[in-house]
Amino acid sequence: MKLESKIPEGPLGEKWTKHKFNLKLVNPANKRKYDVIVVGTGLAGASAAASLAELGYNVKAFCFQDSPRRAHSIAAQGGINAAKNYQNDGDSVYRLFYDTIKGGDYRSREGNVHRLAEVSVNIIDQCVAQGVPFAREYGGLLSNRSFGGAQVSRTFYARGQTGQQLLLGAYSALNRQIANGKVEMHNRTEMLDLVMVDGKARGIITRHLITGKIEAHSAHAVLVCTGGYGNVFFLSTNAKGSNVTAAWRAHKKGAFFGNPCFTQIHPTCIPVSGDHQSKLTLMSESLRNDGRVWVPKNAKPGLKAMEAAGIPESERDYFLERKYPSFGNLVPRDVASRNAKYVCDEGRGVGSGLAVFLDFADAIKRDGEKTIEAKYGNLFDMYKQITGDNPYKGPMMIYPAVHYTMGGLWVDYNLMTNVPGLYALGEANFSDHGANRLGASALMQGLADGYFVIPYTIGDYLAGMSYEKISTDRPEFKEAMENVNGRVGKLLGIKGKKTVDQLHRELGLTMWDYCGMSRTEEGLKTAKKKIQELRAEFWENVNVVGGSGELNQELEKAGRVADFMELGELMVDDALNRSESCGGHFREESQTPEGEAKRKDDEFSYVSAWEYKGDNQQEVLHKEELIFENVKLTQRSYK
Amino acid sequence: MKITLKVWRQKDKNSKGAFKTYPIDDVSQDMSFLEMIDVLNESLVKKGEEPIAFDHDCREGICGMCSLYINGRPHGPLQTTTCQLHMRSFKDGETITVEPWRAKPFPIVKDLVVDRSSFDRIQQAGGYVSVNTGGVPDANEIPIPKRIADEAFDSATCIGCGACVAACKNASAMLFVSAKVSQFAMLPQGQVERKTRVEKMVAQMDEEGFGACTNTKACEAECPKEIKITNIARMNREYFAAMMSSTNV
Ligand SMILES: Cc1cc2nc3c(=O)[nH]c(=O)nc-3n(C[C@H](O)[C@H](O)[C@H](O)COP(=O)(O)OP(=O)(O)OC[C@H]3O[C@@H](n4cnc5c(N)ncnc54)[C@H](O)[C@@H]3O)c2cc1C
Ligand code: SF4
Ligand code: FES
Repeated sequence: MKLESKIPEGPLGEKWTKHKFNLKLVNPANKRKYDVIVVGTGLAGASAAASLAELGYNVKAFCFQDSPRRAHSIAAQGGINAAKNYQNDGDSVYRLFYDTIKGGDYRSREGNVHRLAEVSVNIIDQCVAQGVPFAREYGGLLSNRSFGGAQVSRTFYARGQTGQQLLLGAYSALNRQIANGKVEMHNRTEMLDLVMVDGKARGIITRHLITGKIEAHSAHAVLVCTGGYGNVFFLSTNAKGSNVTAAWRAHKKGAFFGNPCFTQIHPTCIPVSGDHQSKLTLMSESLRNDGRVWVPKNAKPGLKAMEAAGIPESERDYFLERKYPSFGNLVPRDVASRNAKYVCDEGRGVGSGLAVFLDFADAIKRDGEKTIEAKYGNLFDMYKQITGDNPYKGPMMIYPAVHYTMGGLWVDYNLMTNVPGLYALGEANFSDHGANRLGASALMQGLADGYFVIPYTIGDYLAGMSYEKISTDRPEFKEAMENVNGRVGKLLGIKGKKTVDQLHRELGLTMWDYCGMSRTEEGLKTAKKKIQELRAEFWENVNVVGGSGELNQELEKAGRVADFMELGELMVDDALNRSESCGGHFREESQTPEGEAKRKDDEFSYVSAWEYKGDNQQEVLHKEELIFENVKLTQRSYK
Repeated sequence: MKITLKVWRQKDKNSKGAFKTYPIDDVSQDMSFLEMIDVLNESLVKKGEEPIAFDHDCREGICGMCSLYINGRPHGPLQTTTCQLHMRSFKDGETITVEPWRAKPFPIVKDLVVDRSSFDRIQQAGGYVSVNTGGVPDANEIPIPKRIADEAFDSATCIGCGACVAACKNASAMLFVSAKVSQFAMLPQGQVERKTRVEKMVAQMDEEGFGACTNTKACEAECPKEIKITNIARMNREYFAAMMSSTNV
């Protein structure tokens, strides 16, 4: 099967404009005859649901939290990029496009990324009109900062709570449509299967998390906007409920999974404090502007932050400054993360052994404690609250953690998967970030997809559909419901010896050790075997207490972990297949003499799109060639 | 450290609940409060008992999903969210009482989980600026003095957790509602619907059964996001001004 990316012909800057003109339209009076299901109401889903309802479509939206306002988009701190060039510092749509393509290490589509850069400017306008309180200058205009090593200031922000303010903006637009009766909102409801009729996505099966009721919903199209799958690692910066279930069940119904092994690991997170650790907390990347990263030259096991001052300069290794004299502590996320791992692997880690220092002593000496407090006060407070250590008195300890997944459901330029009528938006799709996402670009992509892409592209599909609604009494729905019920019953019936969390932790550890920051063929093969064994053990030995007709958080977790057990193996398969290094995917076999990631453009300039073939069957790889007409592929260097 | 947990257990909305006591021996100071419950829950599951149900998601103090009334205070002894509370804030050997939010408009769903959908309905009544996607002016065509933008931001940081309601003897939601009303009352984007918004949101708040504000300031003292009581004063002004002049509702 040939994958059609449907990138329009023509010059880069005209593709989207021309495409919009060529898309079929649905007459305003006819829009209300179409029903659209939106699964997930984070930035991507809430913006899509609101915008589609405004156009007149009937929307049914779903989320697993008790309110759409709690989606994990809320936790984004740093900001959102847009090519406004308000700072007159040389930014442009083309520069944002270029930075994003390069940052993704040339593993994304030119056409998609250029469109993203184009609509980025509309997002800021939209959010301001909604009343999102972005940071401002004294003259009353919007303020920007440079973020994640970008050479222009194009990041818009709302203190350290940008995701929260953007999500509350989208939530308010969604609320307006709920009040108008155009969106029917289903909170605390989880999608557990996709329903296909005549080869098209026509509905979903859900479980209500309070009553346990399994229900069927039909529509003319289904949008999966359910976020990323970083929790396959058990420990990540994602929320506890973040999961792959909706995307995975769609995958099992035929939707291809794109680039599953592309994971982003963030260098500045608070280290694990013990076996009880339930999630990891991100400390903003901006800390690396003033903090210096180091470990002792010679191993000093158990070294505490308060003992750091006693280590003389001559016995410290500022390893990022040493290896990358021009970028120093500001090297990209993947480089900083990998090097922290290396020094800890050498036994030179501090604290538990899996941590490095991020030291502000020099910055405080240079600028004074007041200035540092003004810049990072809230982050220092948060650090103190979580660890009990005072970062004004001794260095912080940090360690990398899983943060974002670039992979996701494969989609074409219209955001449609290879399954007709099934779309994927936001972090749930694979589309725009290639092998590595730049800071402040996920919020941009989620809102671009929801506010400015899907409202155009969905019409093209629906215009070709009959208005006729499909009854959930049809055998396709009945069968899917039976399958879901059967699976719930099976999970509850195993009554084994291990808890869901225990098995999830074991999976996470395997993924982290072999499919994390640095990967080898041998390690990945070991991981594949371990995951298969663990999955078998899960289905024989998990203990899910409680019943199905009630709020049962163990059952919710079990269903999600069961899917992670399958996804994990696919990630490993994908990492095995891609024997090059690119972006966040580092294969030790493929590095430059200086130890940097080495791409193999001749062999791997493609998107991997995996096709599900049945339980415990090897998935089949399809390749979508990436064509670069505008940018020249270069090797990254931060020396 | 050793802790004794006295937890409210309630099977569902219609059942009668009761406290149940659990001793926990191996609590580390570095655990968050929720991790301490995770550890307890895992040991309950191993014994085949049902774990304690509680709401949580981000565990970063921003989603507003976690709740818990700990030793008589919403979110416990510090002015933060329960997920950001750590065991070093408690003493070895301490008995800790954990209850759900208690307020009529927040019915108990199970154990420590309550239904806060009334908050959503209040926002649906008017917590927005009525603009459709597209067709809006350039962002910098709406200049806003920094002081106003900062103040609006302070109000906008409410996480919708409901601690203010749980803290109030009248179960008043004034702090929550006034935070949103204030955000839009201060910003130019909010002016067109300024009067109808406050009227509709207050009407919905009353309909949901939240109580009146008698100025005890318990809400402000417990709000993890430091939403100021001055928001309530502003909402009262907005409301009376609207009632005096509005013909919209
Ligand atoms: C700590 C942190 C900080 C970040 N900071 C930044 C930043 O500064 N800038 C930036 O650009 N990006 C940042 N990111 C990344 C960015 O926040 C996310 O990629 C983005 O918000 C994802 O949005 P989304 O709408 O795709 O998914 P989410 O916001 O995760 O929403 C998922 C939705 O799907 C629902 N859902 C999930 N599964 C199901 C199911 N089975 N059934 C029904 N509903 C379901 C959920 O209820 C939720 O509504 C950060 C991420 C993290 C974790
Ligand atoms: S006002 Fe404060 S306490 Fe009340 S819901 Fe908002 S954040 Fe929570
Ligand atoms: S779990 Fe999100 S605020 Fe506590």
